[in-house]
Amino acid sequence: MVFLGGQVLPGNVGRAILGPFADQRAVDALNHSLGVDRPLLVQYGTWIWNFLHGDMGTSYIFRAPVAPFVIDALGNSMKLALVAFVLVVPIGILGGVIAALNLNRPLDRIISLGGLSVTVLPEFVTGIILILIFGVWLRWLPIAAAWPKGAGFFTQLYYLILPSLPLFLVLFGYIARMARSGMIEALDSDYTRTAVLKGLPWRTVIWRHVLRNALLPTITVIATQTGYLIGGLVVIETLFRYQGIGSLIFTAARGKDFPMLEAGILTIGIVYAVATLVADFLYSVLNPRIRLGREQ
Amino acid sequence: MSATDTPASLPAPSAPDATRRSPWGEVLHSLSRSGTFLTGLFILLFWVVCALFGQHFVPYDPLESDIINALTPPAADHWFGTDQLGRDVFSRVIVGSRDILTVAPLATILATIAGTALGLVIGYFRGIVDDIVSRVLEAFMAIPVVIIALLAIVALGTSKITVIVVIGLSFAPIIARTVRSAVLAERELDYVAAAKLRHEGALHTMFVEILPNVIPPILVETTVRLGYAIFAVATLSFMGFGIQPPSPDWGLSISSNYGMIGGGFWWTVLFDALAIASLVIGVNLVADGVHGAFND
Repeated sequence: MVFLGGQVLPGNVGRAILGPFADQRAVDALNHSLGVDRPLLVQYGTWIWNFLHGDMGTSYIFRAPVAPFVIDALGNSMKLALVAFVLVVPIGILGGVIAALNLNRPLDRIISLGGLSVTVLPEFVTGIILILIFGVWLRWLPIAAAWPKGAGFFTQLYYLILPSLPLFLVLFGYIARMARSGMIEALDSDYTRTAVLKGLPWRTVIWRHVLRNALLPTITVIATQTGYLIGGLVVIETLFRYQGIGSLIFTAARGKDFPMLEAGILTIGIVYAVATLVADFLYSVLNPRIRLGREQ
Repeated sequence: MSATDTPASLPAPSAPDATRRSPWGEVLHSLSRSGTFLTGLFILLFWVVCALFGQHFVPYDPLESDIINALTPPAADHWFGTDQLGRDVFSRVIVGSRDILTVAPLATILATIAGTALGLVIGYFRGIVDDIVSRVLEAFMAIPVVIIALLAIVALGTSKITVIVVIGLSFAPIIARTVRSAVLAERELDYVAAAKLRHEGALHTMFVEILPNVIPPILVETTVRLGYAIFAVATLSFMGFGIQPPSPDWGLSISSNYGMIGGGFWWTVLFDALAIASLVIGVNLVADGVHGAFND
């Protein structure tokens, strides 16, 4: 299994890297809609070489190097994404586990159906409704994610709660569903039955036998959602007027600021590839089958 | 109907049915008893009726402005209030279903046709064709639709056609993948071998012999994609791509009015947001019902 993992995983990552880049370069520079042919790659090579040396080109609109804009924006987006992830991962998993433990009872129905409903809604729709509820009617939270200059950690966090909620809602459904189906499968398995039959307390069975096996697929899902998250960020950052990588790309695209657009998308590609790599790595570390295989 | 010749294409009913319906009759019967499906269908049909006949029964012209009565809150003569140009929000919400219900289904149809053809070809020929095409498709699937759309719109300019093509082509790989795996199972069956022995051409075997038997998964995938297409079209028109003013489209209305919600003008966006939400959830309920009917 270790061998298989080692053979397959790098291939996946390579593909993930190649995908966004090849397409983006083709569309941007040459208005080609498709294509990963050689001359493109050569041209692309020099550009990437410059990129790796910190030269991302010069913005057409701002007439200034692109790099500081992209780095700032990436930092802002990461803050937003981090808030969303920190909220959604534990709550999503908890939701899925609770649903599975109450399989086909009303609580399961509510979590599953609710999760599914909010997952399929566009972010700007949930965003608008949340802004109306918490920003306009209750006046609990600020409606734009622009904190005053030099704001401290908690002020920034306060401004980020509302923008992170629509992302939270979309991801919640996915994560809860994966956790739920993982749990159901684990609860139904032979090893769980054995554990119950040998007289272990229910709590121990859940913690030591079921959860461990159930949550593995969930980790992969969380990582693959990074791709979604990037698309979501474009929308959310526009809605909340937040200076992140999504709104940077959006503004660059509208203004035909190609160097900015390319740098933004390449950055996203790298983030995506790194996230995929980390997820693959985490999965193989956490998977006891792979670990056991090595020890033997 | 050749689909009925091979019951293998549909899962056999769990218990032998005394009345012996045809497989398609079975599906229709189970759909007609599915509350999820019927609820979704009701919502969907409501909006289809609004899109087709809405302009005949709405109280005001959705495009006619009345500046003196701009931004009036919901009241008896304007049920949902008026927007910044004094246009009746209720009429706009009803008629606003038209553009999204044109663009999203067309994009879905394009995705289904392209995806089915591609899936049939790679599933039937397998080998090197399959390897290459599948890798390219996976690379495409890794990029969020919003990003593809941004790039395409930079390259091609914004129009409804661009949006249809972008969404259609970015969903096609997903459908192709589903069709491919269905074809892989079918191509090993005897009727395909028989067709080959009769010296039928590859095209005939693919489109006349195999296609009718892989309709169920295609149908399920298409309804699911329709939900995502509505999601994507709404998001893109919110971002200012595709559907253009003065259309009363929901996403467009939200994007031109959400700047004012800080001032408490909630009615200019809430009803559009709820309309999108209901349509997306409706389509997803239909998709859920169709999925259930084919997999029970």
